[in-house]
Amino acid sequence: MSNQWSFQTKLLHNHHKYDPVTGAVSVPIQHASTFHQKTLDQSPEFDYSRSGNPTRKALEEAIAELEGGARGFAFASGMAAISTAFLLLSSGDHVLVTEDVYGGTYRIVADVLSRFGIEYTFVDMTDLNEVEANIRPNTKVIYIETPSNPLLKITDIRAVVKLAKKYGCLTFVDNTFMTPALQRPLDLGADVVLHSATKFLAGHSDCLAGLAVVKDEKLGEELYKLQNAFGAVLGPHDCWLVLRGLKTLQVRLNQSTETALQLAKFLQNHSSVRKVYYPGLDGHAGADIHRKQSGGAGAVLSFELKDEKAVKTLASNIELPVFAVSLGAVESILSYPAKMSHAAMPKEEREKRGITDGLLRLSVGLESFEDLRRDLQHGLDKILA
Amino acid sequence: MAKNRIDTILAQLGNRSETVTGAVSAPIYLSTAYRHAGIGESTGYDYTRTKNPTRLIVEEAIAALEGADQGFAFSSGMAAIQTIMALFKSGDELIVSKDLYGGTYRLFEEEWRKYGLVFHYDDFTSEAETVSLINENTKAIFLETPTNPLMQETSISALSEIARKHDLLLIVDNTFYTPVLQRPIEEGADIVIHSATKYLGGHNDVLAGLVCAKGQELCEKLAAHQNAIGAVLSPFDSWLLLRGMKTLSLRMAKHQENARELARFLAELPEVADVLYPGRGGMLSFRIQKEEWVNPFLKNLQLICFAESLGGVESFITYPATQTHADIPEEVRIQNGVCNRLLRFSVGIEDVEDLKEDLKQALKAAAKGDR
Repeated sequence: MSNQWSFQTKLLHNHHKYDPVTGAVSVPIQHASTFHQKTLDQSPEFDYSRSGNPTRKALEEAIAELEGGARGFAFASGMAAISTAFLLLSSGDHVLVTEDVYGGTYRIVADVLSRFGIEYTFVDMTDLNEVEANIRPNTKVIYIETPSNPLLKITDIRAVVKLAKKYGCLTFVDNTFMTPALQRPLDLGADVVLHSATKFLAGHSDCLAGLAVVKDEKLGEELYKLQNAFGAVLGPHDCWLVLRGLKTLQVRLNQSTETALQLAKFLQNHSSVRKVYYPGLDGHAGADIHRKQSGGAGAVLSFELKDEKAVKTLASNIELPVFAVSLGAVESILSYPAKMSHAAMPKEEREKRGITDGLLRLSVGLESFEDLRRDLQHGLDKILA
Repeated sequence: MAKNRIDTILAQLGNRSETVTGAVSAPIYLSTAYRHAGIGESTGYDYTRTKNPTRLIVEEAIAALEGADQGFAFSSGMAAIQTIMALFKSGDELIVSKDLYGGTYRLFEEEWRKYGLVFHYDDFTSEAETVSLINENTKAIFLETPTNPLMQETSISALSEIARKHDLLLIVDNTFYTPVLQRPIEEGADIVIHSATKYLGGHNDVLAGLVCAKGQELCEKLAAHQNAIGAVLSPFDSWLLLRGMKTLSLRMAKHQENARELARFLAELPEVADVLYPGRGGMLSFRIQKEEWVNPFLKNLQLICFAESLGGVESFITYPATQTHADIPEEVRIQNGVCNRLLRFSVGIEDVEDLKEDLKQALKAAAKGDR
């Protein structure tokens, strides 16, 4: 029955809409680390909170349903989800990663996995010839972010999946920027979807969390073993915060996306701004592909100013967006990738990817468009002065 | 803070951390991001995975309690161990306790072996034996003392001499004793690990892992791995842990008093074959006379919980064969002494007479064949 409901309804009505014992409509927060076992003979569903927790189960089932996967998994952070998923690989395996991947993922691949014999190549994932040319006999995973961070480059998920299947690789997609409200990679053929749920899914800048969803049960068993063995699980209180945030995901994202498009157009027309990156703009590379594989352009855009000095001027003359790392919140957040999200990336690697000293990323929140426009205009005008 | 005695440090945890309102209980900072006034103007906090004010209090607390330089909080004890393993690389070898917690054994054998790490198991009863396992690839000794569930104590200072001489890291899991009873860093360890889910949290309501280490270079590496891997403890759970730690010393004293009394009591019961208790701490193990009594004994317990985990205020009995040590192959497990008659008892802080009555009636019922 629930399959017929729209996404927005599914956010509110799922298996855990009420507690079977008390009828409570908010999932209870089960802080118990361990569970009484009546007898030695039966293996209970819950025995130890790292292996399984009822509050976490509610979140894991919710995200699995929303992404259309067989199983979901909750982790202590997006990086904990990504690190654990990468451990599906073994020594001697090779992974192909999108070159403008999030700086934290870059660090795990280049600095940590490499020491344990996992090889990697960074490629321009939007160039399918380059992707295919870099697949090796030992390539096991192709890792996509689309739209990418912070330049919003669009990768054709279906096309990469086709290549992956041809060469027997798994496709991992980081779906943080889109969320299942706008893009469902498993429906497009991907095997694993990863989320920093800290961002849009939880949405309130109050909870660090990671989620993973897998397409099939067998891969689910493997990832479950890793989740339990490594123990980088999400605490029950935070599971509840993510569940609470999920209820408003659709309305938040709709509102922020609408404002983001208006702001992108405004920024395009301001003479302090050299370039705007936003998949909702017609001239944006890959906008057609994005339209085919997703339901909207999302709430994140980037724009380039002349240099670091211009960035400083803007940052010190705006009042509304908080100048901070992270994104995907009810509050607008302005970030400086060169010194924040991509600080872990060497300067030459960073600039090669177009992440210049004048680039800013704006995660559009729920404030009114007019207020945000006026605030940005004030800061941008100061650069000209 | 380091000048104060351990009970004082524990009671005062988090107090005076908040200077704006003067709140005595440390605030829970759920904020994931921290505003910068301008470029390069960080308050010291940027993103909660990297550093969080609530988490920092427990991290500084464990470092102060253990006499370490820096502490790190993780989402579980296993996540703590996992992050420490990132210090090594393919080809490295570790010498580890033979009688190891099943979850750690599983992590080593099923996961880290895939990445080319080699583990040698040692009971640490002979220094010559330990030294004979060291080669040019050996990087660390990983030790649990007392061991789980056989409650054997190992001399940390003796192993630290070996570690020092051969340039190895000495890593000690101090979950069972906590810094109230044992401070491995003072005996020469480099890294101390806790499943803080156990005695440090103490209330069976929070899953957490803590690590602390000595030496700036090592601490910097651990901080980098903690941030990169991201298996950090949430602010709410950090606060629960902090709250639990305030009564650690009182709880540990009561756990130990009850355990000492019950070790004597169990040893005299006809249904019990032997009791394994090192004389301190709140954990003991015992073997009952017949394997077929195990299930009826567990079913007849009215007060003590049959559950995994340990270190909480409530008494727990665990059956290692099917619970904590289920991942160790049966022949290895039994050879190590974890037989099918062995039960592990995490003694709680209930009235000891009530615990005695419960044990006595359940054992009698099991022996009589009652269900």
